[in-house]
Amino acid sequence: MVGIVVVSHSQKIAEGVVELAKQMSPEASIAAAGGMEDGSIGTDVSKIFAAIKAVDEGDGVVILVDLGSAVMSSEIAIEMLEDSNNVKIVDAPIVEGSLFSSMESSIGSSFEEVIDVLARARVYKKF
Amino acid sequence: MATKSDVLDFIRIYADKMAEHRQELTDYDQAIGDGDHGINMSRGFKAVIEKLPAVYEKNIDEILKTVGMILVSTVGGASGPLYGSAFMKAGAAVKGKGELSNEDIILAFDEAVGGIQFRGKAVEGEKTILDSMIPAIKAIKASIADGKSMAEALVDGEKAAWDGVEYTKTIIATKGRASYLGERSIGHQDPGATSMAYVFQAAKEVAEKVGC
Repeated sequence: MVGIVVVSHSQKIAEGVVELAKQMSPEASIAAAGGMEDGSIGTDVSKIFAAIKAVDEGDGVVILVDLGSAVMSSEIAIEMLEDSNNVKIVDAPIVEGSLFSSMESSIGSSFEEVIDVLARARVYKKF
Repeated sequence: MATKSDVLDFIRIYADKMAEHRQELTDYDQAIGDGDHGINMSRGFKAVIEKLPAVYEKNIDEILKTVGMILVSTVGGASGPLYGSAFMKAGAAVKGKGELSNEDIILAFDEAVGGIQFRGKAVEGEKTILDSMIPAIKAIKASIADGKSMAEALVDGEKAAWDGVEYTKTIIATKGRASYLGERSIGHQDPGATSMAYVFQAAKEVAEKVGC
């Protein structure tokens, strides 16, 4: 199953997004990497690295980020992996993106299919 | 030339500066950014100082890389990946070295700039760290080429860095949170360029102390 990592400056945002996605797709392989070790605001490469490892089942991992250093910290975490071929930061809104990608991955879709769904999440209209 | 003890001194002095100027950097950041630069940098370098004894016996490259790794997981804001990449790249440039020649020091600075540019995808003139860092390194290179000592070159480098900080007051931010402000960012100095100027100040103080 494709893994999903939610990176936010806020631990609560990342955990809340994961909670919401899990409610709709309980079997999804999704992990939160929000805030710093002590819970303060920021992004932490070691937290992101650990989250990637936790959801990586060999089918690829997508990373959803909020903004700013979330992108750069995720890039460093990816560079630290031994095999980073199927690990990708995807530019999509983290709430919609996490919901759509966890639904897609939990029905057994491929890495490419999950990325495709995330591209659609980016242009999804709420009304 | 710089010994391992000089490099460790530089890290300690810089960490002290980040603690000392925590509020000042935060104030600059509050004016145009998210107001956490001083808090983040002092938190990161406090963690560096706590964890540094574990690498005292290692070579300079390992020490610099370790500093970078600690920063990317403890600073929290954009300066974490940027300063972290700078230290990691500087470390990689001086692989296996127990002491640094002037050429090694310049190479480490060049690689550090490259690391920041790669990570932040910025160029000079965008009101970032680079606006004090690049002129400082240029000045150091020019002074060394003129036959000056590293201590003298770092005096010139620090001056160029502060001139760069002044220059950031005149330009519009196009990177990071400050870019949302557009023209309203004019008149304010860049906090990242400021914290970078302290890097050259710390290096200069070490060089003056050891007389290299």
